[in-house]
Amino acid sequence: MDGIHDLGGMQGFGAVDHSPAEPAFQHQWEAAARALLQLVAGTVRASGGEFRHSIERMDPGHYLTSSYYEHWLTAAATLAVEHGLVTHSELEARAGGRFPLSGPVLAPPVADPGPGVARPRFAVGDRVRVREWHPPGHTRCPRYVRGKTGTVVRVDGIHSVPDIEAHGPARRHEPTYSIRFEAAELWDDGQNGASVHADLWDSYLEPS
Amino acid sequence: MNSAHHPAPLSPVEQRVAALQALLTERGLVPEGFIDEITRQYESEIGPMNGAKVVARAWVDPGYKQRLLADGAAAIAELGFGGPEGHHMVVVENTASVHNVIVCTLCSCYPWPVLGLPPAWYKDPPYRARMVREPRALLAEMGCALPDDVEIRVWDSSAEVRYLVLPQPPPGTEGRTEAELAAVVTRDSMIGVARL
Repeated sequence: MDGIHDLGGMQGFGAVDHSPAEPAFQHQWEAAARALLQLVAGTVRASGGEFRHSIERMDPGHYLTSSYYEHWLTAAATLAVEHGLVTHSELEARAGGRFPLSGPVLAPPVADPGPGVARPRFAVGDRVRVREWHPPGHTRCPRYVRGKTGTVVRVDGIHSVPDIEAHGPARRHEPTYSIRFEAAELWDDGQNGASVHADLWDSYLEPS
Repeated sequence: MNSAHHPAPLSPVEQRVAALQALLTERGLVPEGFIDEITRQYESEIGPMNGAKVVARAWVDPGYKQRLLADGAAAIAELGFGGPEGHHMVVVENTASVHNVIVCTLCSCYPWPVLGLPPAWYKDPPYRARMVREPRALLAEMGCALPDDVEIRVWDSSAEVRYLVLPQPPPGTEGRTEAELAAVVTRDSMIGVARL
């Protein structure tokens, strides 16, 4: 989905609130939220894709105005409700107020994952174009590279396609590649001497 | 931390965490001590001190550096580090003419075994939005101004690989021991938002 999580290249954000070092958890509740998500995801056997998608479906306003561990809390509660461990009304009654959950899954369940790709279609040095498409479900193809042309710099292993695993028990496996995009190709702003690499699954790509 | 005698009222987010935790506990889904154990692991066992040892070893041992650049996870495992978010590691080397920096635009991917959990700013929108769009300007803004002839390579961790930047050793460190060198390696230099 073209969600709020897909932040690469968006403009209007201010300075990075940088700190050179910080504790792993600033508050005890953050550690609890992290542990609860790990627990819920394990209990319901959520794939990495399903887990990430449960954050991506947050209301955009809530996403941007809440901290990282509030995202994890929201994901844990959403998965717990969707898999029947607890109900939304129980959560709100116990919390004594609103308990916002992520929005519904917009994509249908995947019944047929389609054929996997056992051998890489592309090799280092090949020019490839990223498919320009807007799937309603989970994807790990960032919006800022769609439709753009780049060069394969690395061929990695065969991995489960997140777009499939987020939407049911079916799985499809494909090679992933690291693709180098010149900054000028991405942003059309004449930047020199900079490139951005994105790691992409085989089916996100087409020959250029 | 709240005192047991004068507990501060819970904030709304704390109330929500407590609600979920209580309901899951009542259903028997939260093992005794689970949350404390998770907290302990992330607070004491992983962190940038691990990555600093990897970097220092690469600086003093050319054979190790070669293995590290060829197969990051295997070379990192030689020092005893590995685990979740560290199974597929690619180490990218800074040189006088190339600077590498890592980001995760879609979420918060980060090499936990060598750097620990990511800092808040790494997970927040400004860094994720801007590092792929204006890397030279953002690096300068963060205190890492690079000459125009230094090429910048941004690595967006959008699939299964997690990245570690191998910084250049700072000037004047020749002849130091591996342990002394590890002490000068910063977390930011291994993310790539600083040079040493």
